[in-house]
Amino acid sequence: MSATSDGAEAATTSPPAPAPTMRKERTTLGILMRSPAFLIGAAIVLFWAFCAAFAPYFVPYDPLADDLLNTLAPPSAAHWFGTDQIGRDVFSRVLVGARDILTIAPLATLLGTVLGTIVGLVMGYFGGWVDAIVGRLIEVMLSLPLIIVALMVLVALGPSTPTVAVVVGLVFTPLVARTVRAAVLSERHLDYVPAAAVRGEGALHVMFVEILPNIWPPIIVETTVRLGYAIFTIASLSFLGFGVQPPSPDWGLAIAENYGVLVGGFWWTVVPATVATASLVVGVNLVAEGLQRAVAE
Amino acid sequence: MKSLFGRFLLRRLGLSLLTLWLVSVVVFLGAQVLPGDPGRAVLGPLADARAVAALNKELGADRPPVEIYLSWVGGMLEGDMGQSYAYRAPVAPFVGEALLRSLKLVGVIFIIVVPLGVGAGVVAALNVGKPIDRIISVASLSLTVIPEFVSAIALILVFAVILRWLPLSASWPDGAGPLVQIEHLILPALPLVIVLFGYIARMARAGTIEALSSDYTRTAILKGLPWRTVLIRHVLRNALVPTIAVIAAQTGYALGGLVVVEALFRYQGIGNLVLSAAKAKDFAMLQAGILTIGAFFVIATLIADCLTVMLNPRLRAELGK
Repeated sequence: MSATSDGAEAATTSPPAPAPTMRKERTTLGILMRSPAFLIGAAIVLFWAFCAAFAPYFVPYDPLADDLLNTLAPPSAAHWFGTDQIGRDVFSRVLVGARDILTIAPLATLLGTVLGTIVGLVMGYFGGWVDAIVGRLIEVMLSLPLIIVALMVLVALGPSTPTVAVVVGLVFTPLVARTVRAAVLSERHLDYVPAAAVRGEGALHVMFVEILPNIWPPIIVETTVRLGYAIFTIASLSFLGFGVQPPSPDWGLAIAENYGVLVGGFWWTVVPATVATASLVVGVNLVAEGLQRAVAE
Repeated sequence: MKSLFGRFLLRRLGLSLLTLWLVSVVVFLGAQVLPGDPGRAVLGPLADARAVAALNKELGADRPPVEIYLSWVGGMLEGDMGQSYAYRAPVAPFVGEALLRSLKLVGVIFIIVVPLGVGAGVVAALNVGKPIDRIISVASLSLTVIPEFVSAIALILVFAVILRWLPLSASWPDGAGPLVQIEHLILPALPLVIVLFGYIARMARAGTIEALSSDYTRTAILKGLPWRTVLIRHVLRNALVPTIAVIAAQTGYALGGLVVVEALFRYQGIGNLVLSAAKAKDFAMLQAGILTIGAFFVIATLIADCLTVMLNPRLRAELGK
């Protein structure tokens, strides 16, 4: 189903290429490199990833150090983004604040993708009553807003960094499973699947060695989309007090702690974290959108 | 035809009840079984074992889980949602009042977002590939992914702090008329409008493009019908069917976003009720709130499915098979 114009062009300019997959990959990469939206998104994500990894080593102040004689100071040469309610440097906190969300969100996404892929493969491959029952359970899970399911579980287990990652990963599993199931269904009737079965390969082999390598493009796209939503969900949970815990400089937490003084005109305590969150989410989604288009072409 | 639709409705109703029952099991497991020992969770790790046992007895948590579940569901069916530990009062009136407030907020959200989203989607579809289409597509895509509390901060800063056009507080003075109530609800509604706009616009755009390229639209044009009639009677009617399903599905999502928005604007709706119950470890209130949200979502989906079938003659015919 690759673009017909692409095939026609290849036929006129060169004899049938010996390695069509190589050429396909090069065009996929080429499409990405020529997409300004993808490049901007990738640059934003890389910037925050760099901050998450190295900001603690180069920021001007300790992001956790308070200064009670210098609270709510407006932006100045000494404090570029001012200070918050207990005198912590907002600039340092915003850069280091990328750390927790960019640790938890990828972990949660990885967990959700791995579990969702397994569940989706099983549903799509076996079909029948397995598919019907798991499908019904998925519909039930999706009939409660994700954030509320996460909230309910976090109340029971208590919020901690690993718990948040596991809960968000589990909540994302049915969504990934649905996508993978659809991809498996479109592969299942291709000749190589019954061929493997006739060869005497077991179900596990057919699912993970035969089908899985053929459905990675939708899985990659789904993973990137999920990463965007993981950041959205975890930031929201932190804002509600059930995600990253104080005294972390996490953005959602910083906004929750300071939005009360917004009306007093102390905008610098909240705006940097707001812009940071928005830029990261939009950046990840630009990357996801770029990948989706490249895979579709 | 009527009996066909009746049969469909009956089957769909059965499925909804099944989903609702499963939701109640999930909520029960999450709010009652997962915490392990509710008394211990409420009183903390340092509390005396006898106090924990006494509280568990008071909460009825010392019984076997199946018995607790059955008495909870039995009570629910009679309209008794249990006793709140935090308020020492029945849960039901709190849930009822909060649900009413949330419905008002959801109403304002949809009054704003449905015409806006559908309109933008149709305009984009009628101008595919032109700059206006690109602008609408990029805007809907990037606005959808911004967390509600982030856009809420920007909106508060612009409309309540700098311009002072809208009241910051979501709570209106007692006895305020509907117009004043709506004025107070616009600012809290906007963050969810922003998130939902993208979904609705994209669905409406895709639906309209498909309808525009269909055979029946070509036939209608070739028949010599005026463009207005073709657009309204043939294109929009078909394009909006999938959009309705999205709107219903997003209602459930909106209820999740309500937790964030209601907390931010200190609005005592169902989202805030769930959040406060979660913070106070008021498990009866938490369970009742979440089950109410689940029930609301199931009903919204049911209504959407019925509307989809009623609006689409082909689906109606397929029911016969």
